[in-house]
Amino acid sequence: MMAKLPLPHATLVERFGPHPSHVPPGGWTAIGEPDRIVKTHCCFCGQQCGIQLKVKNERVVGFEPWEEFPFNRGKLCPKGVKRYMQDEHPDRLRSPLERVEGEGFREIPWDQALDRAAREIRRIQGAYGNDAFAVLSGSSLTNEKAYLMGKFARVVLRTANIDYNGRLCMVSAAAASKKVFGIDRSANPWSDIPKADVVLVAGANIGECAPITTDYLWEARERGAKLILLDPRMTPVARTVDLFIPVRPGGDIGVFNGMLHVMLERGWIDRKFIAERTSGWEEVEAAIRKYTPEYAGKIAGVPPKLIVKAAELWGPARTSFLLHSRGIEHHSKGVENCLAAINLVLATGRIGREGCGYAMITGQGNGQGGREHGQKCDQLPGARDIENPDHRRHVADVWGVSEASLPHKGLTYVEIIEAIHAGRIKGLFLICTNPLVSLPHRTFVREALERLEFFIAVDFFLSETAQHADVVLPGSLMEEDEGTTTNVEGRVILHRKAVEPPSGARVDWRIVCDLADRLGAGEKFRFRSPRDIFEELRLASKGGIADYHGITWEKIERMHGVFWPCPSPDHTGTPRLYEGGRFAHPDGKAHFHAVEWRPAAEEPDEEYPIILTTGRVVAHYLSGSQTRRIGGLVEQATQPTCEMHPRLAEKLGIGDGDFVRVESRRGALTVRAQVVTTIRPDTVFVPYHWPNDRAANNCTIRALDPVSRIPEYKVCAVRIRRVERPDDETASLPPEAGGVR
Amino acid sequence: MSERTLFIDGSRCIGCQACVQACAECDTHRGRPMIHLETIRRRDSVQTAPQVCMHCEDPICARVCPADAIKKTSDGVVQSSLKPRCIGCSNCVLACPFGVPKYFAEIDQMMKCDLCYDRTSVGKMPMCATVCPSGAITFATPEEIGRTRKGTPVNRWHFGREEVRTKVYAMAPPGRDLIQVTTGRTPTDRTDVAAMLEPESLLNRHL
Repeated sequence: MMAKLPLPHATLVERFGPHPSHVPPGGWTAIGEPDRIVKTHCCFCGQQCGIQLKVKNERVVGFEPWEEFPFNRGKLCPKGVKRYMQDEHPDRLRSPLERVEGEGFREIPWDQALDRAAREIRRIQGAYGNDAFAVLSGSSLTNEKAYLMGKFARVVLRTANIDYNGRLCMVSAAAASKKVFGIDRSANPWSDIPKADVVLVAGANIGECAPITTDYLWEARERGAKLILLDPRMTPVARTVDLFIPVRPGGDIGVFNGMLHVMLERGWIDRKFIAERTSGWEEVEAAIRKYTPEYAGKIAGVPPKLIVKAAELWGPARTSFLLHSRGIEHHSKGVENCLAAINLVLATGRIGREGCGYAMITGQGNGQGGREHGQKCDQLPGARDIENPDHRRHVADVWGVSEASLPHKGLTYVEIIEAIHAGRIKGLFLICTNPLVSLPHRTFVREALERLEFFIAVDFFLSETAQHADVVLPGSLMEEDEGTTTNVEGRVILHRKAVEPPSGARVDWRIVCDLADRLGAGEKFRFRSPRDIFEELRLASKGGIADYHGITWEKIERMHGVFWPCPSPDHTGTPRLYEGGRFAHPDGKAHFHAVEWRPAAEEPDEEYPIILTTGRVVAHYLSGSQTRRIGGLVEQATQPTCEMHPRLAEKLGIGDGDFVRVESRRGALTVRAQVVTTIRPDTVFVPYHWPNDRAANNCTIRALDPVSRIPEYKVCAVRIRRVERPDDETASLPPEAGGVR
Repeated sequence: MSERTLFIDGSRCIGCQACVQACAECDTHRGRPMIHLETIRRRDSVQTAPQVCMHCEDPICARVCPADAIKKTSDGVVQSSLKPRCIGCSNCVLACPFGVPKYFAEIDQMMKCDLCYDRTSVGKMPMCATVCPSGAITFATPEEIGRTRKGTPVNRWHFGREEVRTKVYAMAPPGRDLIQVTTGRTPTDRTDVAAMLEPESLLNRHL
């Protein structure tokens, strides 16, 4: 059992951080006029805002807004403003590390680290079979790196078990979109949002998780649009919308089906569109019959009149836009939630034209592109199906391997962790993901990591998960390499290199190619640059659904990004899908899916009577491995709190600022209470960016959607009591490392 | 075309603090934000409001300064205190009706929002208005605002009986031409989610 912590967490934190960085490299006085300004994009969320980085003496010393980039026109959130502080960060890993029991980590030369990694991969695969070595990767990787990870797993390791952290993020939306439309992408460019007469936002805390989208909503409102928003909490955007529906976590289908029931009754259905352009309506019509406002309201946990009002705003509108995000997707019925939402779009025929559409808001930087090019267990590049013989042949030809040699569909992210826990997977290569903070049921994840025989982690900081690795390979930030990502709209954009990685670290793609070389597949990984990788990706995606064949880096620069599909060099991309009501299924139609509500995997009961729901805050990104190291962001959101309504707080004898212990059947956390009237009294909220005893995911449940395999982060049952200031193992650490203030 | 100025729209603010973080990046006040982001009353609401210097036509901060350290430019921008003159008395901090000037003990000087004079004087927008993702802080001409916004820009303020006119505008509901500033409790029941859910049978039955 190798992958236990070599030293206590607190000792590792002392050396590797997180240590918040408060000033630019060299201090404020060292900035002055930059040597150059690099036009690139934010490394954080799926909005992928354009930003300019100031470089002086080969260090990133600041930022300047990039007002010409059309998506965000200079606008940024606090994460974007401060992201530049990572490149010269004192916590950066500058040498490969090897775990030494009782000593922590020892610096070793690159050759030694890569040789050992290759040897252990060979040993494990030789002893237990290829699938016993798994790859977990992430959607903050560029398209080039995501493509490379898929190819590495299928061609070098020949393991079926590669999956990525979009499994914790976009897969419910993706699966629903594929079922309905045949394509997994937001249907419209964001420029369609302000042209809509009504905008429905379901389960998306836009002000905090997709801040740039806020202005698009407000622009719609200035034009007279009505805004409807579903969330168990009154979020910043919800405060001023026309209709806020404080839905019970997991009750969204009540609202969607109830709205459709009312729309059907009042005749706000586009019968012609339904007949000509869709299939499956009869089943939907039958299913929603019982969803009277009263019945629907019971499921949604809201007064029926709110559902009627929503139908009255949405139903008769001339143009409309539906946006959804993790709030409806992070459920054991995540796909069904999305299907029920999309039914509202299809039933009105308001899609595929100006101001009429549908979009899912991607969470991670490359949340869109990261799921298209082969690091997902069921897909090959170009969003191809790994079980489709034609798709397999096309990609095998590009890779110069036999179709038969390609592994088939492997396990999904959580299932890989479960297989590690069960001893079926023995080795792990991990890049760009931090499951010890971001996966549900943290104790289980830690137990799994401790059972690995060999664990290789690529990271630029020593994340909570990488602390468990046997070998750590120091990688690169977005600003230290070049490559493309695909933003929330399906717009492929280019990240430019601002500086080299710190000495001792290497760009990620080079690390993967070097490892491939040592494992005897070097001739298939002779890339000289990310652009080389992109050129191969163009061929691999050619003719696929996510067709990048016609996209070049020059075209991206010239057009401020290119929307896929872009099948040929003379093609200018496809900002809006489904124009003329043509959908991507072989029959050309959109497919309705009738949806019936069912309970969450764990509903509240006598013993655990309160619903815990989790999410993000604006100052932090995902597992916080990056943002908990940036001083300004740490000050803005220092530690997690448990938001609860005063009625609940009073019942439990809890005051604002008291420490509370939140316990589920799987674990517990201790944080301060924040008593606010802006949340449902039957629900509490804890953001998930923090580790250890402050981790919301100590409590969350490892229940998966049967189709998308996304975990149910948004509903589990907890009980809560007031406690004294915690004295757990990490309580005295700085809050960014899991302590409390 | 008239000149551009700031327009503050509280109904758009999402409290993200992009303005605060970006303001702190300025070369002239390095790490110290000059803008304030007020959380109105978190217990009852998620309402937040950015507070920049409103750049009064007759700035009270300058009037009460015993050292004559606060100057207004010919284009109406009220500047930070002049370092050689500022005596750190904080009269301006106490007198400003908008609560804008900040006294920094470590440099013994008052500093405040100067509308990013380094940027606006060369045709750029102030940093807060450039980054603000919600359009709560916008730098535009009154004509542009009239074309694109439903609200009315207002720059007349009544604090009790005292009238203050400012270079910076706040967006108010249509028809208003003056903002009356009063103290006292804001009604809070409309932001109570529990009240929206009545009857309580809509909550889960185990509570």
